[in-house]
Amino acid sequence: MDSFHIADLFGSIAQIWNEWLGGFLATEWVNIVNKAVGALLVTAVPVVIVVFTILGERKIIGRFQDRLGPNRVGPFGIFQTIPDVVKLLTKEIITPAHVDKLLYNIAPLLSVSSVILIWAVMPFAKNIIGVDLDVGALYFVAVSSFGTLAILLAGWSSNNKYALVAAFRVVAQLVSYEVPMVLALLVPVMLAGTLKMNGIVEAQAGEVWYVVLAPVSMLIFFISSTAEVGRSPFDLLEADSEIVAGYNIEYSGMKFAMFFLGEWIHAFTICGLTATLFLGGWHGPFVDQVPLLGPIYFLIKMFVVYFIHIWIRTTMPRIRIDHLLDLNWKFLVPLSLVNLIVMMFVIKLVGDSVAKTSVLLISNVLMFVGTFMILGEVGRQARQREESMRQAEPVTAGVQG
Amino acid sequence: MLSDYELIGILAIFALALPILAIVGGSILGPRKPNRIKTDVYECGMESYGPTWVQFKVQYYIFALVFLVFDIEMVLLFPFAAAFKILPLYAVIEAAIFILILAAALVYAWKKQALEWF
Amino acid sequence: MIYAVFVLFVLMILGGGIGVVTSRNIIRAAAALILSLFGVAGLYVLLEAGFMAAVQILVYIGAIAILIIFTVMMTQRATDPTRLMFNTQWQWSLAVAVVFLLLLVYTLNLVWPFTTSAETVASTGDVTFELGRALMDPEGFVLPFEVASILLLGAMVGALAVARERHDDEEE
Repeated sequence: MDSFHIADLFGSIAQIWNEWLGGFLATEWVNIVNKAVGALLVTAVPVVIVVFTILGERKIIGRFQDRLGPNRVGPFGIFQTIPDVVKLLTKEIITPAHVDKLLYNIAPLLSVSSVILIWAVMPFAKNIIGVDLDVGALYFVAVSSFGTLAILLAGWSSNNKYALVAAFRVVAQLVSYEVPMVLALLVPVMLAGTLKMNGIVEAQAGEVWYVVLAPVSMLIFFISSTAEVGRSPFDLLEADSEIVAGYNIEYSGMKFAMFFLGEWIHAFTICGLTATLFLGGWHGPFVDQVPLLGPIYFLIKMFVVYFIHIWIRTTMPRIRIDHLLDLNWKFLVPLSLVNLIVMMFVIKLVGDSVAKTSVLLISNVLMFVGTFMILGEVGRQARQREESMRQAEPVTAGVQG
Repeated sequence: MLSDYELIGILAIFALALPILAIVGGSILGPRKPNRIKTDVYECGMESYGPTWVQFKVQYYIFALVFLVFDIEMVLLFPFAAAFKILPLYAVIEAAIFILILAAALVYAWKKQALEWF
Repeated sequence: MIYAVFVLFVLMILGGGIGVVTSRNIIRAAAALILSLFGVAGLYVLLEAGFMAAVQILVYIGAIAILIIFTVMMTQRATDPTRLMFNTQWQWSLAVAVVFLLLLVYTLNLVWPFTTSAETVASTGDVTFELGRALMDPEGFVLPFEVASILLLGAMVGALAVARERHDDEEE
């Protein structure tokens, strides 16, 4: 056995494990056992992280709102999630009458499994990844797209008018925001030249992080992935004050907990994806000599992005459904198309010259400036129209206003 | 290549097993006393009358339709983005023409007011 | 081992297909269709075409199946069970279909004989990369690529012309 390096902790553990298994199993069986253990770990990691994330989010939201979060159970309330889980486990699972039993029960399963399947391609370190699929970026888009189907089935099979209406609205939102998300995702793929997630991270290790080279894409991806998950300010999915609990009105107990769990896991999964695609994933200083730093950097970046999500959640009010869809189809989609075309030309024309970073950065800044100018123009025209309408009918404006 | 997907297959089994186990655990541990009121349809406390059928707005369908067209466009752009580094400049022009034709489709939908919610 | 997985996927496809045709509840039929599409994606994976499998899930299950479910919900009181889709002459039509299938198999076997060994395609690694290069090559598939975009434009215009709401301030 080679010496055990603490700097390469996971590599050494893997080596010891493989040698122990190879002692009494043939090689193909070792492979299969490794794959099963890998799948188990990939399932367990998001579930473990979500336990801390739920608590962390509640405490941080509490601080934003000038109060303490949960602080009864355990020191600083760190064990709060456990009583929550126990409570949900022991609630009665009420299945309403006249639901379509097969679809009603399948929907939470599909919803959770579609999120967990994304973690198979999340790169934690150079050698720690579930499987480095050669269509990694496309795989995660495809898998999250069948989560929307689960919501539709849930809403329909609940035999409830509110659930059905809510499910339609949710699917319209989720499906619309996939377009700018993928169009913004294409820019790091273009810069890296591969769809493999680890390949994208390694390409960023070679040059500068893509947040510097493509900030417009990062912003578009950030906004549309927030809407994909259904977090505030886009949380019409479960607007408690508007449509009760949305598509999961008729779910109780553990089935509701599954939807809930799926949504929380999805929330920090896209933070992990943003960190991988734009912030350099597991790359950081000294990560070659000390590979253990890889997952640590990745988790730090993921939680930084997650903190920004929480910040936005507690600060901004909810957006109305028609504003939501207008924002997508009339602003984000044209912006992402323009971004894609501009980046295509600029990257190809600049090539690999020394000025690459600055040229890309300048072109992105110009896109920002152009966008703000157009938005300012549109806003000014809307205000002028309103002014002229108000001046044309001074009497009735008071009556109607 | 194929061996990559073995892990995904096993993961799919585990990812389905996790919620199944959780729900089975919940149904074992929880009480089970259905009565007529609990299993009734939820309508903010009122009795529900009329069939569960909602007037379906055609706008939902229009958004899904526009998304479908853009979905196929995205799928055709993925191989282009993957091979981007070694493609010469005229390939970029070809892809730009592709995107511009679909931008024209979006502008058409916008002008015909198909993207309004109301 | 691979045969077992292949049989599983084939069962998904066929079972889904039978479910679509024989289901009384139309949303169950749509769910059976989705099962069938998952089976097709599985077959693409077995053929080592991971890109096509992801595209199948993204486009068919993520967009077309949703569109079909929307359409079904829009045009039908979805809680009414429909009649069983069989008519009284189904035995005869089943016999005719089986005869036709055998005829097709026999004719195809004359032209492309069945083999048990597949040709190995010379794959140089990253499939998507090769696909991208082929799509953009002027001697490759660039013309179908551009025609596809015009086709999509036509599809959008046509579908909107049929389905959109007419607002009051438009002269038709």
